[in-house]
Amino acid sequence: MTIFGIGFLSPWLLTALAALPILWILLRAVPPAPVRKLFPGVILLLGLKDEEQVSDRTPWWLLLLRMLALAALIIGLAGPVLNPRDDAERGTGPLLVLMDAGWASAPSWTAQRNALDALLQEAQSDGRRVAMMRVTDAEEPVFQTADTWRSRLPGLQPAAWLPGQADFDRALTALESTESFDTLWLSDGLAHDGRDAMLARLEQSGTVRVLQSGRPVIGLAPPVYEDGAIQLTALRSEALGAQDLSIAAHGRDPAGAAAILARATASFAAGETEAQVSLSLPAELRARITRFEAEGQKSVGAISLSDDSLQRREVALIAGREDREGLELLSPLHYLEKALEPNAELLSGALTDILPANPDVIVLADVATLAEAEEQALLDWADKGGVLLRFAGPRLAASDVSRSEEHPLMPVRLRAGGRSVGGAMSWGEPKSLAPFPEDGPFAGLDVPDDVRVTAQVMAQPDPTLADRVIAQLADGTPLVTRKAIGQGQVVLVHVTANAEWSTLPLSGLFVQMLDRLAVSSSAGQPSAEALEGTIWQPVQVMNAFGQLEEAGNLPGVGGPDLVTEPLGPSLLPGLYKNEARTLARNAVSAETVLEPAVWPDRIPVEGLSQPRETPLAGVLLALATVLLLVDVVASLALSGRLTGSLRTAATVLFALLLSPQLAEAQEQGSDDFALAVTSEVVLAHVLTGDPDLDQMAQAGLNGLSETLFFRTSVEPAAPVGVDLERDELAFFPFLYWPVHPDQPIPSDAAYAKLNAYLRSGGMILFDTRDADIAGFGASSPNGRRLQRLAAPLDIPPLEPVPEDHVLTRTFYLLQDFPGRHLGRDVWVEAAPPDAERIEGMPFRNLNDGVTPVVIGGNDWAAAWAMDDRGNPLYPVGRGYAGERQRELAYRFGVNLIMHVLTGNYKSDQVHVPALLDRLGQ
Amino acid sequence: MIHQPAQLRVRSEAEAATLPPLLARAEHLAGTVLLGEHGRRRAGMGDDFWQYRPAQPGDRRRSIDWRRSAKSDGQYVREREWQIAQSVMFWVDQAASMRFSSDKNTPEKIDRARLLALSASILLLRGGERVGLTGGALPPKRGEHQLLQLAQAFSNDDDSDYAVPEARLMLPHARAVFLSDFLGDPEPIEAALTKAADRGVRGLLVQVLDPSEEAFPFQGRTIFQSIGGSMQHDTLKAGDLRDRYLERLANRKDWLRHLTQSTGWQYELHHTTDAAQTALLWMYRALEGAK
Repeated sequence: MTIFGIGFLSPWLLTALAALPILWILLRAVPPAPVRKLFPGVILLLGLKDEEQVSDRTPWWLLLLRMLALAALIIGLAGPVLNPRDDAERGTGPLLVLMDAGWASAPSWTAQRNALDALLQEAQSDGRRVAMMRVTDAEEPVFQTADTWRSRLPGLQPAAWLPGQADFDRALTALESTESFDTLWLSDGLAHDGRDAMLARLEQSGTVRVLQSGRPVIGLAPPVYEDGAIQLTALRSEALGAQDLSIAAHGRDPAGAAAILARATASFAAGETEAQVSLSLPAELRARITRFEAEGQKSVGAISLSDDSLQRREVALIAGREDREGLELLSPLHYLEKALEPNAELLSGALTDILPANPDVIVLADVATLAEAEEQALLDWADKGGVLLRFAGPRLAASDVSRSEEHPLMPVRLRAGGRSVGGAMSWGEPKSLAPFPEDGPFAGLDVPDDVRVTAQVMAQPDPTLADRVIAQLADGTPLVTRKAIGQGQVVLVHVTANAEWSTLPLSGLFVQMLDRLAVSSSAGQPSAEALEGTIWQPVQVMNAFGQLEEAGNLPGVGGPDLVTEPLGPSLLPGLYKNEARTLARNAVSAETVLEPAVWPDRIPVEGLSQPRETPLAGVLLALATVLLLVDVVASLALSGRLTGSLRTAATVLFALLLSPQLAEAQEQGSDDFALAVTSEVVLAHVLTGDPDLDQMAQAGLNGLSETLFFRTSVEPAAPVGVDLERDELAFFPFLYWPVHPDQPIPSDAAYAKLNAYLRSGGMILFDTRDADIAGFGASSPNGRRLQRLAAPLDIPPLEPVPEDHVLTRTFYLLQDFPGRHLGRDVWVEAAPPDAERIEGMPFRNLNDGVTPVVIGGNDWAAAWAMDDRGNPLYPVGRGYAGERQRELAYRFGVNLIMHVLTGNYKSDQVHVPALLDRLGQ
Repeated sequence: MIHQPAQLRVRSEAEAATLPPLLARAEHLAGTVLLGEHGRRRAGMGDDFWQYRPAQPGDRRRSIDWRRSAKSDGQYVREREWQIAQSVMFWVDQAASMRFSSDKNTPEKIDRARLLALSASILLLRGGERVGLTGGALPPKRGEHQLLQLAQAFSNDDDSDYAVPEARLMLPHARAVFLSDFLGDPEPIEAALTKAADRGVRGLLVQVLDPSEEAFPFQGRTIFQSIGGSMQHDTLKAGDLRDRYLERLANRKDWLRHLTQSTGWQYELHHTTDAAQTALLWMYRALEGAK
């Protein structure tokens, strides 16, 4: 039964509410208990009669209070439930939860999980067995109790691809042996292939309900470089009203840090599912973009990784002869220019002028000899990763370059004169190309029949020749050879770059070969044919939420598969690499259409944000109890018996009732916290999350505070533990940070706070507490943790405390700094390199700044720790020597705090002789 | 009874502890009124020096002040000021009804009454009068010691609910001061006063009342109990009783006023919320004027 949206388990109990008015009359009639008063004047009252015999009335508000308490009790016992679900809807029997679980679910994944949690809770209370099935990762459903699944909910993740026909087929197969169940389908709102068959199958077994997020799915197609601008296309699954979508271009700034390089807004017109925006960026900036991201979407579909297609290589073209004016088609560079112009930046000029621009590729077309300096510069450039592409020609054939011994800038030795075949003066036909070897860079490229070579330079047969040939003619003579130089390479094409010696530059193969050599990069997605025979190694892959992960040792993917196969467990969206080229496979391709799911009318479709069924009985019964308690206090107050201890008890009771709020208020009262820790010097330690360690640090700082109080004019208040995430650090001059191997890494915000703290003069004492057994290696877990903890901190170069460091004499004269351990080194900020000892001075002149960190592993807090009575808590060493060590530990603490508070005051004393001298003494 | 000495000691300590504060407060209060010792301005029996006069025949040798006489040829007798001691007897109501205070900030009636009595005693003793209690418990005497005795006597509580004025063993033509709330049975009061008047004793009647006894601020169903618990009155509506109670109280005051006028006494009403000094000044003037 439902009243005002609240359902009742036992509604008949509510009839008891009718008794409330009777209670009202009854309660009114009963006089309140008499008040006893001591009164000396009673003797004057004796014999006086009451004029009217009317009982005194209980005050109306007390009556109301009691009625409310009783009403709350009755309603509470009637079992009210907020947002009750109809019993008819709930059904019985096993329940299959089917989830699309593709990346389209990722933006609403949390909501899906919450909805699922509510449903599972419901199923649990109904005692239904539940099985879960993700279409993208279909396995045979296992029906288990709902709470088993609830505990596994956090581990459920969507896949980085959308379910397709194959996935649904697999799911259907998995369902084959299962019969008779109801289905709850968590849909991502997209129409997938194979969905209808699945729906039909599910409806055979039982009823089907669909939960689906109301938000349209947003996708971002791969960027296309056109007409000097990047064209971005955003897609959405449903043609709703006008919507603006902000697209951010992520990349590296010149310093190498990740940054957003540009932003564009794609505006969906009302009723449109596609929005375009073009982004015009300088080539240099464009080349640094790593990915485009539709902001606020959190799915891999809204991220488009950019690969080489946005990057334009700089190619320098240098020809040996430029004397044939007007005969463009004979120019050695003509075909190269035509081939490269669409997708590379061409440079021309003298070699020495071009080299400083550090082009990606330098093409030498029929250049035979180079000046010594040019050669050296070219070698250096190639050594750093440049690609030198040389074409042969008459000059090269005629020269002595690489004739008797291999020239450093040539992959092979050449025979004198070269050869020409199929000409008027020679026997034989012009030669065609042999198929490309499988393991070479040209593997898989089709060789057109009409490519003929009539002349070429010939390679000398050397032991290394076979390795260096990457393309050859039908008769086995090398056509293209290459050799590595450092990180770069030199490639020699044994024919000219124009059509003089061969028809190769006239064919499409020429462009493909340049592409494979990474001389040019093709615009847009390469075709499957162009990638035939290549293996692409994943570098980074993305999960459904669009987070990039290192690919690790995922297997490589064949080139055609990379561009044509649908995404799946073996082909994840991400960046793939083949030699110098990278290719991005995005979740949304240029052809993707996000089609909204349309469900038949008979299937109930619900939103994700289902109001949760909330039983209210507990709340109401608690309310009744509280009201009755208030009634007790109020009655006592009314009859004047709320005195002394009773009043105290009542106050305590109310304080208890209000205490949760009070505790919160204390937490929020940051001003109080600030006042408390700034009115005195307060030492602080970082809370590590390990209660024992935190307690020890607290006791240690307590001991140090006591020592300071006792021995010096520093009189610290009780130390506090600070939570890096929550507390303000600026109030503390000194932070003790014991390192625990399981300590969580603070958030970025906390690190920002820590860095600000260090820059503004705070000091952190890191204590690995491992006696620094292995120096500062990563061999102890604490040391490793310290490295991870301190990595994001702004810490200057460090050195072991030098003998004349001010720490050795701020209060006590110390040589070493033992704690509970007698470790060797304590590290502090390194002295400036120009600090040197002046003749006659005991110390170097080091009077600037307090070291922001002190790092050691001597477990000082344990040595300092004392209980309330001043007794040490932890043993240090043995016997007298141990006590001496503890004393030295205290002295180190005193010195440290003095150093923090007075800076390098003691170091300034090196000037005392000079000052005295100046004063004329 | 092994514990008796210890208990006695503890109890006497507790008793003694109440004395000094009361005494101190009384001295303090008296100090505000004491204008100076008032002698009789003539030679006579007394403690204080009045004058040296040449010895005359008939003076006893003992009375010659040799120190003074040695400074000159004649012989001098040291004369003291004549101080007539008047006897003033106090009666302070020690009954349970006096041990009442309606608010923790106002003193109990008995506390105020004792304070007034003791302060007045201090003033009188300083003035050279003899002070005592009615009823023979403490006959009028002079000197500081008497003050201690008075304070001692005031620290004894009476268990009965309402006390009867003690009018026995009153010295003829002495003075008397009665401090009480005078809420008890009127007949013994009248009897005591007439008996005193018969002996030529005149005095002061100070009625000490708590403000709640004047205001009767009670509502609702209430059971009124006397302090000693001997009598109680139950009412369902205390508010209704107020007017009739106040009327009875006014009658009682009128009766007291009338009684004092007819016996030559003086009547004063004092509330514990008022300053004690006002009442003390009135008592002092009243005792002074009647001399």
